[in-house]
Amino acid sequence: MSDITSAEPIDSRDAGRLALLAEFWRYFSENRGAVIGLCFFSLIVLLAVFADLIAPYGPTEQFRDAFLAPPVWQEGGDWRFILGTDAVGRDMLSRLIYGSRFSLFVGVIVVSLSLFVGIIIGMIAGYAGGWLDTAVMRVMDIILAFPSLLLALALVAILGPSLINAMIAIAIVQQPHYVRLTRAAVMGEKSKDYVTAARVAGVRPLRLMFITILPNCLSPLIVQAALSFSTAILDAAALGFLGMGAQPPTPEWGTMLAEAREFILRAWWVVTFPGVAILLTVLAINLMGDGLRDALDPKLRRS
Amino acid sequence: MNTGAAMKEEAKRQAAAGETVLVAENLTRHYPVGGGLFQKAAVLKALDGASFELQRGRTLAVVGESGCGKSTLARLVTMIEAPSSGSLIIGGEDVARLDRTERARLRPKVQIVFQNPYGSLNPRQRIGAALEEPLLVNTDLDAAERRRRAMAMMENVGLRPEHYNRYPHMFSGGQRQRIAIARALMLDPDILVLDEPVSALDLSIQAQVLNLLVDLQERLNLAYLFISHDLSVVRYIADTVMVMYLGRPVEHGPAAEVFSTPAHPYTQALLSATPVADPDHVSERIILKGEMPSPIAPPPGCPFNPRCPKAFDRCAQDIPRLHPQGDGRAVSCHLYD
Repeated sequence: MSDITSAEPIDSRDAGRLALLAEFWRYFSENRGAVIGLCFFSLIVLLAVFADLIAPYGPTEQFRDAFLAPPVWQEGGDWRFILGTDAVGRDMLSRLIYGSRFSLFVGVIVVSLSLFVGIIIGMIAGYAGGWLDTAVMRVMDIILAFPSLLLALALVAILGPSLINAMIAIAIVQQPHYVRLTRAAVMGEKSKDYVTAARVAGVRPLRLMFITILPNCLSPLIVQAALSFSTAILDAAALGFLGMGAQPPTPEWGTMLAEAREFILRAWWVVTFPGVAILLTVLAINLMGDGLRDALDPKLRRS
Repeated sequence: MNTGAAMKEEAKRQAAAGETVLVAENLTRHYPVGGGLFQKAAVLKALDGASFELQRGRTLAVVGESGCGKSTLARLVTMIEAPSSGSLIIGGEDVARLDRTERARLRPKVQIVFQNPYGSLNPRQRIGAALEEPLLVNTDLDAAERRRRAMAMMENVGLRPEHYNRYPHMFSGGQRQRIAIARALMLDPDILVLDEPVSALDLSIQAQVLNLLVDLQERLNLAYLFISHDLSVVRYIADTVMVMYLGRPVEHGPAAEVFSTPAHPYTQALLSATPVADPDHVSERIILKGEMPSPIAPPPGCPFNPRCPKAFDRCAQDIPRLHPQGDGRAVSCHLYD
């Protein structure tokens, strides 16, 4: 008995946070696909971070003695180049590993850019309402009315082809989704009693928007961010393939695909591996995003 | 700092109970509803002329069925919405004449406790932060002092110090309502608007929270505007009662008189529907016919006339005014003209 009373008081602040995290993990780990997605995604992140240590060669290092060398397991394969080499003698494996950096970079920048701007615009539209809301939402509808890749393509054509411009274009194209989600969530929360109580207590609009309301609108935004991370990678690869994104010799996966197009019949590995890399990464992130949605949305929870 | 606060509290206690802190004259609130490009918007008279006063240490209870304008009244008094017409005088200052900054200065004087304790606390905010927020945005007290005051207030409403760091979802309904009350009291208000504060709680918890409210009123000399549809709760807590029907007060007077000899037919019907804890009591239930009419299209004459058991010709023609009666109460009914 005395043990219990003399025990250190549990810091309920940490306990509360840990309990929330544990509960989240319990729901998340029920979904096997999501866990596999998370594992694969973590692997990609590790590869990207430690690319200098893991990759056997530099991404642009050429081997004049081995153009279009096949992967090891094929006849004529060489253990120096496990996944073979491309048309100018660069190691495919090294380029793929370095390429993961660009994909993650694109995902992170695009998602944070559109999330940041989307939250601000959506918050203002949802909170203010009236004509401002109508005006903002009509502009967003117009952006949504264009096929997203086509609009991104047009934007890059105006801005000039480069990876940075491609990212800006994709961020602009993805923007309306965040604006809509934020606005809808804010409109739902705005009329709740705790917001009114804060207002009666004298909380100013800016604090009301970003400190009182915003934390309660985050779960749909987190899910959207996770899912559009993969869309961003896919769009960047598509722009790269069309020659509007990253420029050669950058080892970006989409650009690699474009460069290898002419060898599709002679050397299947030059085209297949970047494609498979894109496919698996996007798939993993989507699985993870689905799991995240199930875990964060109480309505979808079974129990 | 401490002695200053203590002196202020002492001064407040000495201020005569009964000092008038709020005067409402003929408050109305109309909402435009519907309407579009080719159609004129209809007017919903949610509140149509309510006059009352609030005094320190006293409770005015507003009763009526849902849709009678009780909650609209609460929104006007707490300055969440501006009245369409009529005047609201808080602490001697006419709210309609004040500009934005002056109104912000007046805000802390009137605080509100909502009906649903599950919706009135921010789910992502710890109790400590919720209690300190009013101080953070209205005063320049330092963090230590804010924390000290939040702790003191938690003790006041019967919460334990270890609750400080918890989230709202870890509390029961009754505890949440205590938190909501504590938050409303952090700014040392003169007036507390209680919008059905106990109707979402079960009976034993209701009694605890009501006792807490009575106790706080005595200690802090607060004026309560108590909104409820539960007459047994009102009978327990109210000094004055205002009965409302379709946005208008129909009877207004000291609680004892209203409960012992209800004058308006609507009040009589309401009271006859309340169970009495007396086995020998023979209640004559007055059962009202029909539904409450829509406030968009109120019936001509007295709004209560289509359902009134005592209606006569005049009721369908003239709107009755609130007539003062001899015993300090006012009734709006042609029977008492």
